Amino acid sequence: MAASVMERYREQAAAARERVQAAEGAARVRIQVGSATCENAAGAADVYDEFRKHIRATGRTDVALRRTGCTGRCSCEPIVGVLVPGQMPVKYEKVDRARAHEIFTQHVLNGTPVRPYTLDADESGTHGLEFFFCGAARCGRELTEPLQRTFEEKLRAAGVPPERVAVRQANCFGLCDPLGTGRATRVLVRPDKVVYTLSSPEDLDAIIAEHVGQGRVVERLRVADEAVGRGFFELYGDVSFFRRQTRVALRNSGVIDPESLDEALRQRAFEALARVLERGDPAAVRAEVRRARLRGRGGGGYLTGLKWDQAAAAAGDEKFIICNADEGDPGAFMDRSMLEGDPFAVIEGMLIGAYAIGAHQGFFYVRAEYPLAVRRIERALELCRAAGLLGRDILGSGFDCDLEIRLGAGAFVCGEETALIHSIEGERGQPRIRPPYPTTAGLWGRPTCINNVETFANVPAIILYGADWFAQLGTEASGGTKVFALAGKVQHTGLVEVPMGTTLREVVFDIGGGIRGGKRLKAVQTGGPAGGCLRAEDLDTPVDFDTLQARGSIMGSGGMIVLDEDDCVVDLARYYLTFSQHESCGKCTPCREGTKRMLEILERITGGQGRPEDLERLERLARLVRTSSLCGLGRAAPNPVLSTLRYFRSEYEAHVAAERTCPAHKCRALLRFEINEKCVGCTLCARRCPVTCISGERRQRHVIDQGRCIRCGVCFEVCRFEAVARR
Amino acid sequence: MNPATTDNWAQVEAAAQAALTPEIVSFIAACRAKPHPESHLIAVLHRVQEHFGYLGQAQMDAVAQLLRVPAARVSGVATFYHYFRLQPRGRFMINVCMGTACYVKGADRVAARFREELGIDFGQTTTDGQFSLHDAACLGTCGLAPVVMINDKVYPRVTPDQVPGLLESLTAPAPA
Repeated sequence: MAASVMERYREQAAAARERVQAAEGAARVRIQVGSATCENAAGAADVYDEFRKHIRATGRTDVALRRTGCTGRCSCEPIVGVLVPGQMPVKYEKVDRARAHEIFTQHVLNGTPVRPYTLDADESGTHGLEFFFCGAARCGRELTEPLQRTFEEKLRAAGVPPERVAVRQANCFGLCDPLGTGRATRVLVRPDKVVYTLSSPEDLDAIIAEHVGQGRVVERLRVADEAVGRGFFELYGDVSFFRRQTRVALRNSGVIDPESLDEALRQRAFEALARVLERGDPAAVRAEVRRARLRGRGGGGYLTGLKWDQAAAAAGDEKFIICNADEGDPGAFMDRSMLEGDPFAVIEGMLIGAYAIGAHQGFFYVRAEYPLAVRRIERALELCRAAGLLGRDILGSGFDCDLEIRLGAGAFVCGEETALIHSIEGERGQPRIRPPYPTTAGLWGRPTCINNVETFANVPAIILYGADWFAQLGTEASGGTKVFALAGKVQHTGLVEVPMGTTLREVVFDIGGGIRGGKRLKAVQTGGPAGGCLRAEDLDTPVDFDTLQARGSIMGSGGMIVLDEDDCVVDLARYYLTFSQHESCGKCTPCREGTKRMLEILERITGGQGRPEDLERLERLARLVRTSSLCGLGRAAPNPVLSTLRYFRSEYEAHVAAERTCPAHKCRALLRFEINEKCVGCTLCARRCPVTCISGERRQRHVIDQGRCIRCGVCFEVCRFEAVARR
Repeated sequence: MNPATTDNWAQVEAAAQAALTPEIVSFIAACRAKPHPESHLIAVLHRVQEHFGYLGQAQMDAVAQLLRVPAARVSGVATFYHYFRLQPRGRFMINVCMGTACYVKGADRVAARFREELGIDFGQTTTDGQFSLHDAACLGTCGLAPVVMINDKVYPRVTPDQVPGLLESLTAPAPA
């Protein structure tokens, strides 16, 4: 009898696992270097090269060097991991050639980690054993916290020195048993890579006696299943930036080599696809995704299951599935990171989607500005095709589906689905009126389903770990997690994946480490040029599609820019309008002309020519553009203006008042520098002024010639006596 | 109408092929063999620009002939997408990222310094053909803001004062 789909898959996965283990087994030490556009920009390629040279020069055959995708800890890149079996993995930050040399000679050759360079040095794993208690909603704080406390007490009572065992809280591993809610919690033990199920204090005693005491795994408590975030937490769980996240879409980013199908297979890639094909019931897949309450991660927030139902129900034999990877929002880079870190998850999600709607052909629509992502998808598609996971008769199931890459060419509007379709058809990327929706008449007039990169990356996890698990990770209306690109004036910039419903405060302060330079948070901008600003007062808002919209912003694709007191919201609105106006395709009048006129008003205001009546005019125009534009770009373009007008109106008013001022001291035309009585006449400002408009005798109070001042602010910055006043 | 049946097709085809490279000509032929050949127009233009550095009128006309799409459509597409250039570019293509993260970290001041040092505005090339200056929408490396991309290399955390040195290092003869 012919082997079943699942048997074929298991055989392939087992062979892949063996190959990976054979390669790893030969190595005493593994060095992994982050490799993504951002990592490379920070110098990762040089670091990789330096390690390669060192390995060759020392003639070591037991040191393996590999690449991984990006973990999303941008401000610390390049990141290098040194992995020794049986020992805690050590990650290094901001590695350059010199650090690489030290790491190689001290750690790789002599076994002594170079502590000062470890990622977030103060907390990196120096313990012999680390226990991570699941702190996610399903396991429940009511259950986890008492158990964790009891565990800590019992450890103390047993006389275990605190430097030997660390107890921490992490987020969901994806092992929640829908029936076991509130009755058991999970614990991951590093570096032993074991996950336990705990339900009573007796279980804790067993672990302390056997695992901590004798280094023996307590088999009866061990979870046999693979956890969704296990691979990730094993590597990065000691870093608080990561520990407070829940990695579902990004589960393999920074864990696998994005160009190795074998490594992906070891992390259960394509198992969900195999299950789906084995079961042979597309309607059941759609029902599962619907039940998971997965909503479109590109920003629309439309229920993915519903969209799939519509595409499946549409008449026609030929249907298409498209992955929208035209990530154009300034300040957003999660899709790029996902495609560069784990293209296999996205491919698998697309194939499952294709099967669910009855498509046999799919397209990746990717920005041409992302050459590395394009290369990695290409490579992944080749590997999948060669392994029988793509193309004809996938895994012997009889299901055919092939995927192709289509490049964008730098047009933001192509993220809009009808514009995207026109672009794939080889035309100008201009949108058209909907309905008909693409699920009815899309690419070449055929039913077409378009989902975002992150949406697809979540699909395999839903199939593997269940719709209930996914739904419960999030809020009532939105299941699962969301990846945010955290940037701006925050300590730790990078990719943050958290359950829907997490508050802004947790993201910005607990994970992002708060504001840089001890400044005050002013606003958080979400959703890019289509989004808006939230005030410091809104920090405790649980973030999901609906709550953000209710506050006049949007989730969007997940850009999150933190602003401090030095940022002017009027200037920010002007910035976003410049972007929207530039990217307006010109097809409909409200967007083409409206964004232009709004921009003119904003330029007038920030340029010191604003009039009080401008605010009302701006607001009226913004509402008009919002209601009458053809597509999402125009309809959302006024959002940055409307939301800042709503929450920061006084700042706009200050800009247009008789005495025009910019409260954030950002709009140069509104600034005025004056030298006050604190001046001691040191002449420093006069010497540094680029237009030599400051005059005065030595030891005498100086004066700025306002007519010639260009308001560059150099005098303000260099003065050591606070004698230059700014307003 | 099928252009291959016109009486001067042989000359038109030869002229079009001469304006492109053999690789691009055979890529177009491969596209023609697939369903919806016209949908590969953007991919063809990417290849033309990769080879020639920009889309010249002769090349666009040649693509129109060989891919058999109207010249107006080729020029419509070429002018719609920001990625395509219709003018030759300088030896060094300087892209100053104006993404949100870069902007709030002072990309405008970095850009101003480039304009000042080079004496050109965005979208222009220096008269010696050395430098082209462009503003880029987000380059997706926000953690390193503000960033500047010169040809394929990304420079992280650029300050205005680094600009003159950066330009100098580009044109300095490579160490032997």
